[in-house]
Parts: sequence; structure tokens; C-alpha cells
Amino acid sequence: MNQPLGQKYETVIGLEVHLQLSTRTKIFCGCANVFGRDPNTQTCPVCLGLPGTLPVLNKMALEYALKIAMALNCQINPLIKFDRKNYYYPDLPKGYQISQYDKPVAYDGHVWMTTVDGQTRKINIKRAHLEEDAGKLIHDDRSNSSLVDYNRTGTPLVEIVSEPDLRSPQEVYDYLQALKLTLEYLHVSDCDMEKGSLRCDANVSIRGAGQKIFGTKTELKNMNSFKAVRTALEFEEKRQREVVSSGGRIIQETRLWSEEKGTTVTMRSKEEAHDYRYFPEPDLVPFDIDDALIEEVRRSIPELPRQKFERFVGEYGLSEYDARIIVADQHIAHFFEACTKLYVDTKKISNWLNGPLLQELNVRKMGFSDIKIKPEDFIAIIRKVDENVLSNLTAKETLKQVLDTGKDVAAVIRDAGLAQVSDSSALEGIVDELIREHQNVVGQIREGKASAIGFLVGQAMRKSQGKANPKMIGEIIQRKLSAKSDA
Amino acid sequence: MKLNELTAHELRDLIGEKKTSPQEVRDAVLARIRQTDGQVKAYVRLSSNAATQEPSGGCAMPVPIGIKDNICVTGEPTTCCSRILEGFKPPYDATVIQKLKESGAYLIGSTNMDEFAFGSSTENSCYGPTRNPWNKDCVPGGSSGGSAAAVASHEAIWALGSDTGGSIRQPASFCGVVGLKPTYGRVSRYGLIAFASSLDQIGPIAKDVEDCALLLGIIAGYDERDSTSADLPVPDYTKALVNDVKGLKVGIPKEYFVEGIDPQVREAINAAIDVLKKRGATFYEISLPHTEYATATYYIVATAEASSNLARYDGVQYGLRRQPVDTRKTPLIDMYEETRDAGFGSEAKRRIMLGTYSLSSGYYDDYYLKGLKVRTLIKQDFDKAFQKLDAIITPTAPTTAFKIGEKTDDPLSMYLSDIYTISANLSGIPAISIPCGFSKERMPIGLQILAKPFDEAMLFRIAYAYEQNTPWHKERTPL
Repeated sequence: MNQPLGQKYETVIGLEVHLQLSTRTKIFCGCANVFGRDPNTQTCPVCLGLPGTLPVLNKMALEYALKIAMALNCQINPLIKFDRKNYYYPDLPKGYQISQYDKPVAYDGHVWMTTVDGQTRKINIKRAHLEEDAGKLIHDDRSNSSLVDYNRTGTPLVEIVSEPDLRSPQEVYDYLQALKLTLEYLHVSDCDMEKGSLRCDANVSIRGAGQKIFGTKTELKNMNSFKAVRTALEFEEKRQREVVSSGGRIIQETRLWSEEKGTTVTMRSKEEAHDYRYFPEPDLVPFDIDDALIEEVRRSIPELPRQKFERFVGEYGLSEYDARIIVADQHIAHFFEACTKLYVDTKKISNWLNGPLLQELNVRKMGFSDIKIKPEDFIAIIRKVDENVLSNLTAKETLKQVLDTGKDVAAVIRDAGLAQVSDSSALEGIVDELIREHQNVVGQIREGKASAIGFLVGQAMRKSQGKANPKMIGEIIQRKLSAKSDA
Repeated sequence: MKLNELTAHELRDLIGEKKTSPQEVRDAVLARIRQTDGQVKAYVRLSSNAATQEPSGGCAMPVPIGIKDNICVTGEPTTCCSRILEGFKPPYDATVIQKLKESGAYLIGSTNMDEFAFGSSTENSCYGPTRNPWNKDCVPGGSSGGSAAAVASHEAIWALGSDTGGSIRQPASFCGVVGLKPTYGRVSRYGLIAFASSLDQIGPIAKDVEDCALLLGIIAGYDERDSTSADLPVPDYTKALVNDVKGLKVGIPKEYFVEGIDPQVREAINAAIDVLKKRGATFYEISLPHTEYATATYYIVATAEASSNLARYDGVQYGLRRQPVDTRKTPLIDMYEETRDAGFGSEAKRRIMLGTYSLSSGYYDDYYLKGLKVRTLIKQDFDKAFQKLDAIITPTAPTTAFKIGEKTDDPLSMYLSDIYTISANLSGIPAISIPCGFSKERMPIGLQILAKPFDEAMLFRIAYAYEQNTPWHKERTPL
């Protein structure tokens, strides 16, 4: 839509994030909690919901939920109580999901996030609760039927519900990044949207700028990546603005995002919404978490991204920009800190890390955890630059080959002949050639155009395939040309 | 006397003295079933290997037991006497079945019950009603009517039932046998197909108090697979079998002896009180003021839980599945509706609807939540009473067994036959029913004893003392 509408309306978004916990076993039985196995091989009578079976809470799932609660700065409900959420669907073998209704394990928390323009915003967390995942339907076109895979049934989930504090699709994207990063630091989940270990529904409404009460919301489902969340919300925001500005009313409903069509479509109206008939789960006795467990979990919480960011800026003098990039991947942050133990110039480490090393990863489409370079090797390359053994150019080549071959730095430099040429007689030969070939440039230099020296240095680097010591080349050129003019 | 007419403890002793063998006992029971079960219909099916099971050496109690059809046995059909579970064979044993197998018990067969334990007469079974061995025109009570009738007719040495609102005690009373509902959490519910999870308990039905104590000793105990089971040691209940009630303080709640009680029942209970008084027990009239709300509270709480517990019978994974030929709504919804319509009997449907209603948005606070609150008040009545008392005595049921078909069209009057038993489930306390006489029509009357949570030993002590001084448990049915 056009610009005026953007100013007239404010978008209000709240997010429900479902996170699969990477516990060893499922939440209420002893089945392995694993992804990608053959259908219905990771099941037992309990997670199949067979008559007579009973759930028993997995302590590790509770500990993970407590970790999340603490990392999201939540209040913790000391009474652990579960409820049944009743609805019919073939992937739900008991006809109800064991969840938490009025006593979520965590409530009243917040997440700090950084917007694209570098602003810091606090997004409030309404609640986070534990529940079990459902199975998966597989639609078989050949037999025109649906099959159920119960492997996922009983996977522990934590649902994290934000307050309606988000104001744009981009903010939602930034919030998801911040949330995901915090969760990754906790090692409680794969946080992989493509594998479905992190899923997200959004409640969206619009209201007149400055208006206090919320507009009628729609709930968006079926978004399978962070980008899809943003695109779907952009579509839905635009759709709602068009409806309202053309005099229509928003209908409270659930809408599905269609990635292929790029639109949201009605799934069910408010009237068709389920009455989940929540009531306390009688098979699980409510119990109080003891303080010892809370302390134990608190001690297990690692330094979180925001604290690490502040420490890296303070302790290592990194720019906020550099610190943000490094902290955005805990493997990089860990690598960086290991490097600082070996080398004092943290700015130089961050430049080489955020520059050449991350570029190499981008080229390879690899994550930091996929590569094998050791901090020792990485620092060795930087030291070779300091020692004039490598130029910036040959250092990058060395880095590339270390990543490719896994050989140590000295071997790469030796085998590929990447060492900088600092032998003055060899360099003088190159300079002599250049002076012969570029008489007009030489003339400019003699006329006092110092910047022309740079051109000759560049040519020298080219001739030497990057191996010439550029500093020495510059000195030789100056010496030779001034000597000649003196003569 | 025939072997099948003996008690488990008598048979254990005879087998120990090599005067008989587990095989002879098994064969005697099977012969009796062949002879009389055509009239009683206590069993809905015999175990697939009932005639061939051999005792494992050195087991504690190698005697045949009847199992209510809602307790899971590996590889054996377990249907809750409902069409919806047609063909369901659990791939696992209930914890009580595991314990029984370890004790050497023969699982002789599955006993009849009201569908999903919904009823007080065993008439709501998809297999048809069980008959009372004392009078074949009468119901055996319910919902564990098959188990009680099997024990009373000597078609089993003992049996397991389940009790959600009186489903062990009321049929025990109607059939003249001993039946116990343990404290909630005393016996694992793992493998008991749920009716109302916060009320259900598995318990023993036996010919005398000693057998009842022995069977509870076998099945009781903490189970890590049932979070609601209590992590408490199980006492040796046979130590409570002493003929001594001197100094015990017993309450008689006045609310249990009002309108609706059969005068013959009242007389029998009064006579029983006199027996115990003579043995040295002291009786006090007490008040349990919230008694009148028990039935209403029960039907709110129990049906709400049942509506959710029965949601899993949707035709997807096991049991009955029906698919209409023509699509009415969507193929999935049609399948759900057709399956559940064909699979559930009318009482099950009634309870699912009642429970769904009381959990529904807008009604929850007025029904379910209020039900939970009144439940707490009822429990507090007992907590208060047991501060000064060792036990409470009441009738088990207001009447003796009624006629088959007499109450099937009147669910409310059927629900009232559990009026004295429901409170023990709502408050979680243990209660036993023992024979205490006969009506002039020669139908058995039951005496109920209630005690503090986990004080089953007190029930056995009083029941045993009473039994030692009365002849009722020795009476035989006319079969």
C-alpha cells in the first residue's frame, strides 16, 4: 500500500513459539527423542496413548524448561501442574494433549533484541509452558489416505508466548533471531525451523496510530522459516490495512500462510474455534519444585548472548558491530575468546574473523561448527602478516588452503610458496622492470604525484602473485626514483 | 468340599501339604465354569491359555483368578465390555497383572462389567448382563459384577475388580462376598483402562477377609509408571487378622441412615454393630455433613474425566472403526462419528455428554470447578471424623440386589445405588464391604467399613473380627 496508510495504522503482533527440547527421551515415556527415523519406530504404549497407560514426567524436560524460564528472565512457578487440552485429530492419540493451562512453568519475562537500525528493544514474555508434541500426518496421494507417524508424539515442547509488543514484521524477525540465539546458547534445542524443532504462530492486528485498544486479531500458522514469518506478516499486515481502509472489518480467525501462493487463507473462523475444555491432568500429581533443583539449573545456565556482547565490548574493546557478529554464533564467540588467549590485538582478531574467515564460510555455505581450523592456526596466520612473511592477500590464500586441506599454516605457506618475498635483490629486479614499462607513471611520480607510487606497488604485487612485500617495494621505488632525479 | 469352593489361603495350605495341586484346582474351577457360567455369565471370555497355564515353581499363590475386563493382559483381548475396543489386545501387562503372574496366579479369564465401568448392575455390557448367583433374576451389582459373581459362584477363587464409585464394594455386597477399594494410590493404575483417573482403584474381591488381605498384599505398592501411586511400604496385612476390636472407636454417620434405606439393610447393619460392640468396639454417632452432595459431585467429576479418557477411542489406531459409505461432513469427521456412535452404548454416550458439558467453556466454573470444591469439603468431613475415630461403619448399599431391568430406564435411581460408596472415592480413603446377613428373600446384605488413608490394616482387623464371629461368609449360593 502507499505511504499514508503506513502512518495511519499501527501493527500489533504477538508470537507463539514452539520449541522442541533435545532431551534424550520423550516427555512422558522412555522412548528416544530423535528425529528422522523410520515411521513408528520410536514409540511405546505410553506415547501411543494405548488404553491403561499413564504418563510420567521426564525430569530433564522440566530442567530444560526451567533453563529457558531463567534465560528469558521469567518468574518461575514453583508448583508444577499439568492440564489436558482436549481436541480430536488423528495425530493426537489420546484425544487430548498434556499441556499447562493456568500454571505455566514460567511467566512475566523478557527478551532483549536489537533492531536492524541498531536500537535495543525489550520484548515481554507473557508465559512459557511445557507440553507434549503431537505426531505427524503423512498424506498418501496414491491411496488417497492419510497415515500417522507417531515418532514425534510425546516430544517435549516449550511454548513461549510473547506479549503483543512487536510492531512490524521486521521486528518479529529480529525478535525471533534474538530468541533463537538465547535458546541456542542454552543447548536445549536444535532450534531448526526447517526440521520443525522451532515453530512459530503469530497473532496480528492493526489499530489506528495512537489508539490504545487492540484491533481484532487473526492468527497466522504454517510459516516454516524466519523469512516466511516476515513475508507472511507483511502480507497479512497489508491485507488487514486494505480491509480496514476500504471500510471493511477484520474477522477473528485462524489463517494459513501459503508459501507457494504468497498469501494467507482462512483456516477456521472464531465460531469454528475449538473449545479445548482444559482441566487438571489427573494422571500427573502437581508437585513443588525444590529450591535445590532451581539452584542446580541456575548454575547450569551459561553466559548468555547479551551478557557476552557487553563483556566483549567492555573487556576486548570491540565495536558493538563486531561484538554483535561474533556473539551471534556461540561457536564464533568461543573461537574468538580462544584466540584472545593467544594474541593481544583483539581488534585485529575480530577483523580477520569477521572479515576473511566469515567470507570463506559464506563461500562454502558452511557454519562455523562445520570447519576445522584451530585458533592456533588462525593466530599463526595473523602473526605471519605481522612478521611480513604473508601479505594480506597471501594470508587470505593461506587461510583458504588451511580450511581446504586441514594442513598446518607453515606447511601451507611452504608447499604453496606463499611466503612474502622480502629479498631486496629480487624486489629490485621487479621495480626495475616496472620503471621501464611505466615511464609515464614514473614521470608523474617525479613531478611530485606521490599517489602514483601506489599504482606501481599494485603492479609489483601482481607481478609477484601477491608475494612481494609491499612496504619494501614502496621504499625501493622511492629510493630508485629519487636517486635518478638527483643524478 | 470341592476344591473350587475353598479359599485361596486354604488352597495354598493344601498345595503346600501336597494334598492337591495347582492343576487340580485349575481343573476344578474350569469344570465349575463349564457347569454354571451358562447361567451366571460372569466371564466374557476365558484366557487363551486358561486350560494349559502351568504354575511356575515355588510361587506364593498358584490359584485361579478372574480379571475384570478393563485390566490389560498382554496379548489377551481387553475390551471394557465395549464394542469400541473390539479386537484390542494390549501389548503389555498392567502392573497388577505382572505382580499376579510373579505370584503364580492363573489368569482364568476376563469378567463381565458395565461398559467402561459405567453402571451399578453389569447390565451396560456389550456382552449382556451377568446374573446374581443368589437369584438369577437379580443383578450382581456393578460395575465389577462379573468378578463378584464369579467369586460368589465359585467360578474363581478370587478376582480383581476396579472401583470408581463403589464398583467393587456394591457388587461384593449384592453377591455376598468381600470386596475392597484400596486408598487412592495404594495400587498402581498402570494398565487399568481409565474411567475417572482421580477416582479409579483396582482392588480384590474374595470369599473371606483373609483372602482379601492376601490379594491386596500381592497387588499393592508403589509403581514408577503411575505418578499417582504412593511411595509407601506395603505392610503385611495378614498381621491385621486378629480377632480383637477392643478399644477401637467406630463412627456411625447419621446421614447414611435416612430415607431410601431398606429396613432389612438397616436391621442387618444394627445387628453387625451389636456384634462388634460385644467384642469391645465403641460406637459414636457422627455427622458427615456434605454427604448429600456426594452423588452430584461424583457425577460431575467422574463424567468430566471420563469424557476426556474416552476421547482416544476414535477409530484411528485400534479397536472399532466405521466409515460411512456417503460423505456427510468430511471423511475424517464421518469416521469419528460413525465409529463412536456404533462403538459406545447409551450409558457411555450419556456420561461422555455430561462430562463434556461440565468442562465446556462457560460451564466449567459452575460445574467442574464447583465439583472439585465440594469434593474437598467431603474429604474434609472424613479428615475431621478420623481425628477421633479408627473407622466408620455404614451399609454398602441402601438395598439388596435389584431385579434385572428394574432400573435400566431410570439412570438416576441407578446412580443412587452407589450413594454410600461414592464418598470413599471422592476422598481417596480405603473401604471394604463384607457380608453381614441376608434379606428374607435370601439376598446378601453388605457392611461397609471405612478407614484413614493407607490404613487398610484397620479395615481387615475389624472385618476379620466380625467375620470370625458371624456365619455369613460360609453361606453357599443355590447354584
